[in-house]
Amino acid sequence: MEYFLIIISAIFVNNIVLAQFLGICPFLGVSGKLSTSTGMSMAVCFVITLATVVTWLLNHYLLVPFGLEFLQTIAFILVIAALVQMVEIVLKKVSPSLYQALGIFLPLITTNCAVLGVAITVVTKEFTLGGSAPHMFGLAESAVYAFATSLGYGLAMVLFSGIREHLALSDVPKPFKGLPIALISVSIMAMAFLGFSGIV
Amino acid sequence: MAGKNLSLITKGFFKENPTFVLVLGMCPTLATTTSAINGLEMGLATLFVLVLSNIVISLISPVVPDKVHIPAYIVVIATFVTVLQLVMQAYTPGAYKTLGLFIPLIVVNCIILGRAEAFACKHGWWESALDGIGIGLGFTATLTVIGIVREILGSGSVFGWKFISGDGILAFVMAPGAFMVLGYLLVLFNKIAKK
Repeated sequence: MEYFLIIISAIFVNNIVLAQFLGICPFLGVSGKLSTSTGMSMAVCFVITLATVVTWLLNHYLLVPFGLEFLQTIAFILVIAALVQMVEIVLKKVSPSLYQALGIFLPLITTNCAVLGVAITVVTKEFTLGGSAPHMFGLAESAVYAFATSLGYGLAMVLFSGIREHLALSDVPKPFKGLPIALISVSIMAMAFLGFSGIV
Repeated sequence: MAGKNLSLITKGFFKENPTFVLVLGMCPTLATTTSAINGLEMGLATLFVLVLSNIVISLISPVVPDKVHIPAYIVVIATFVTVLQLVMQAYTPGAYKTLGLFIPLIVVNCIILGRAEAFACKHGWWESALDGIGIGLGFTATLTVIGIVREILGSGSVFGWKFISGDGILAFVMAPGAFMVLGYLLVLFNKIAKK
């Protein structure tokens, strides 16, 4: 039941883009076409889940026992950068077809603040779900949370790219062209997602 | 020389405004501008990291091998973010709490790495420091303006000074308002700049 609540809350109620404002740059940058946005969502999904598991282990077994929590920021960003590089190398060797699909998005992910954001959130924040007492996430919960969050990222991205493909064809007043109308559309989408609040 | 220095500082407000022209660092811009004071604090925190990292990067860039320059720059930036975190925890615990996650996330703010790549690695430390101050002040000003607009619409006050009674439009303090205010300010900026 708790995992179900984590998933619903991460995808809809606290959607990472529309409620938490993480990963906006790639969200606005590559959502112009449906195909690129699905590729980016899959790459983000992969990296967020992996990075969160690795940084959780690093934090729990290395930083906390030695009282080095203040190094979280530096340690996490280095681990994420190295991990992205490694994923790229492994994918290239093991599954060239997947590399073809995700390859160009991987280098962009190091600077996607959603990855570092989720990694820091799960080790610093106490969660309350469905009236349970506030508690820190364990490894399994963190992994589920990270995976669900990235699904929420994918959902927002795919929905938004659908809207943007229509926007590209419509006759928008000149100062609104491009980014401004995109931001206003995101705002309306975020308003729709506010309707989910209160579920969990 | 004096004119050149001045233009390095003033360009951040209009010509190379990080938010409206370069469209960098969107996440803190949207997330921390719920009120004018939060926007100002976030802008100043970014300014601190930007100036110091610009200075250090311009000094070390001649000796850093080209292949590892991005990881090296990220370590420099992350170091200053950690310094900032410790300083803020000690002296401004209130601001540290409200800005929360977005303080460590300054590491992945594209403005800082962007300035390192585009400016600091090609110029001396003095120009880089001025560039950091200019872009940082531009960012601070933009965040404060967005914060002021959202605070007026959302709670009828400016910097906590309430001048419209009642609750205000709650949506402007929440997520949709952030996107909408930034969208309309961008329209305004385009309209003025492209004239």
